[in-house]
Amino acid sequence: MAHIQSPLPGTFYHKPSPEEPPFKAAGDAVVVGDVIGLVEVMKTFIEIKSEVAGTFTAYAVEDAAPVTAGATLAELA
Amino acid sequence: MPITRLFIANRGEIAVRIIRAAKGLGITTIQAYSEADADMLAVRMADESVCVGPAKASDSYLNVGAMVKAAKDTGADGVHPGYGFLAESPAFARAVAEAGMAFVGPTADTIERMGDKVAARQAAEAAGVPVVPGSKGRVDGVDAAAAVAAEVGYPVMIKAAAGGGGKGIRIATNEADLRKMAPQAQAEAAAAFGDGGLYLERAVQSPRHIEVQIMGDGTDAVHFFERECSLQRRRQKVWEEAGADCLDEGTRAHLCDTAVALAKAVTYCGAGTLEYLYDPATKEFFFIEMNTRIQVEHPVTEMITGVDLVQEMIRVCGGAKLSMQQDEITRTGHAIEVRLNAEDPLMQFMPWPGVVGALKIPEGDGIRFDHFLYEGYTIPPFYDSLLGKLIVHGATRTDAIARMAAALEELEIGGIKTTAPLHKALARAPSVQADDFHTQWLEPWLDAGNLTTSANGGQT
Repeated sequence: MAHIQSPLPGTFYHKPSPEEPPFKAAGDAVVVGDVIGLVEVMKTFIEIKSEVAGTFTAYAVEDAAPVTAGATLAELA
Repeated sequence: MPITRLFIANRGEIAVRIIRAAKGLGITTIQAYSEADADMLAVRMADESVCVGPAKASDSYLNVGAMVKAAKDTGADGVHPGYGFLAESPAFARAVAEAGMAFVGPTADTIERMGDKVAARQAAEAAGVPVVPGSKGRVDGVDAAAAVAAEVGYPVMIKAAAGGGGKGIRIATNEADLRKMAPQAQAEAAAAFGDGGLYLERAVQSPRHIEVQIMGDGTDAVHFFERECSLQRRRQKVWEEAGADCLDEGTRAHLCDTAVALAKAVTYCGAGTLEYLYDPATKEFFFIEMNTRIQVEHPVTEMITGVDLVQEMIRVCGGAKLSMQQDEITRTGHAIEVRLNAEDPLMQFMPWPGVVGALKIPEGDGIRFDHFLYEGYTIPPFYDSLLGKLIVHGATRTDAIARMAAALEELEIGGIKTTAPLHKALARAPSVQADDFHTQWLEPWLDAGNLTTSANGGQT
């Protein structure tokens, strides 16, 4: 079990844009460097990349939810 | 009816600025805030405050219904929109007026008219303001665009007729380019604004950005001279001056007089700014757009004219006549403003929200710091990164730059990264000192590593 954390406070998004599907779904393979979401901070979008490999389990926070620095965004198995 | 209870429909440093102005006029202030902004300085300073919704701007600061309701519920008789958010929303201005409150800005109809590029250009031309050669109206279709471009001359800019903020602008250098870009621009305009209409105009090469501050009372209008705002990154101004030393007196007078003519022609009320491109080689200036609100950089104009523009706009929008005639407005010396953003300029301007540590604010004659910081304040990540503006006034441009450099050395904002190192480097840059730059100058200068070199004391 691994957690992916937010490096910055902001708003976390599951999708690259509102019309597109989420970056990852349960069961998806994740390799190091895969983008799993975006954090919007002060009108800038920062890509959140996985630093570990594994299988995507779930997002830990809702889409478009405010997050703090260090908050767990997603879990890998 | 003069405004007695002013609702501030904004946040950050401009909310603080409006509260100071209103208090100076003896007006009761009511500050709107989102759930993320309960601790902001403006809430602490205002006489009253009211939460208007969640952190997300679309649910709070951009929510017309919530804002108008909060203003009504708190018994406001005037609403100041600041800049950004709903400041140039005709729907907001209309809803405020329909609710029986004074909107501190022009009418919804004027905002709508000047917010539409084609309508604004027609109004400018009718008032004798020079405009960039461009399409007579909206252009639909690629063949029509090619025909217009041939008349206007390349390079040509392709914009959305309904757009704003420099979004989606393309520059075609020849017809083949244009035929490739026009369909993309059309699709993008349709997606972003629900209107695929295009607008074409000549791309002026290496222009300077010059703007004129005007104020109207619905009948009469005056100008407060010009500002020079060419130092921009990603179309955001970073350093602004008043006046523009690159203009000669004749050009300045023509620029300012035609701006007043346009303001009078649209029976403008409140503070407004006409933005121009200026070609120093030919001394031609071209109107690009009008901003129907107070601007971030208004303090440089206040420094050289001695007029409180925010107080004046509150007065005229409460029904008063302009408190001064044109010949009473004079300019003295030179002023510079730098924008301090919560960004790390040495790390690709990465946003840097956090907790404000020790603050050391420069003081003295000709120094002003407009901001919303206090020690221990947590800067929320949900809004833009502007923390404050450092403004200096000197006898000459050279004096003002020296004073800015000294003030930046004194300024300390602990706990977070700011764009202060960028401004220190700009104050030292030979091109800035020589007043030799244009709107396309800053980004290549940054890309060439000048900031890193300068920040390391000349060592790479």
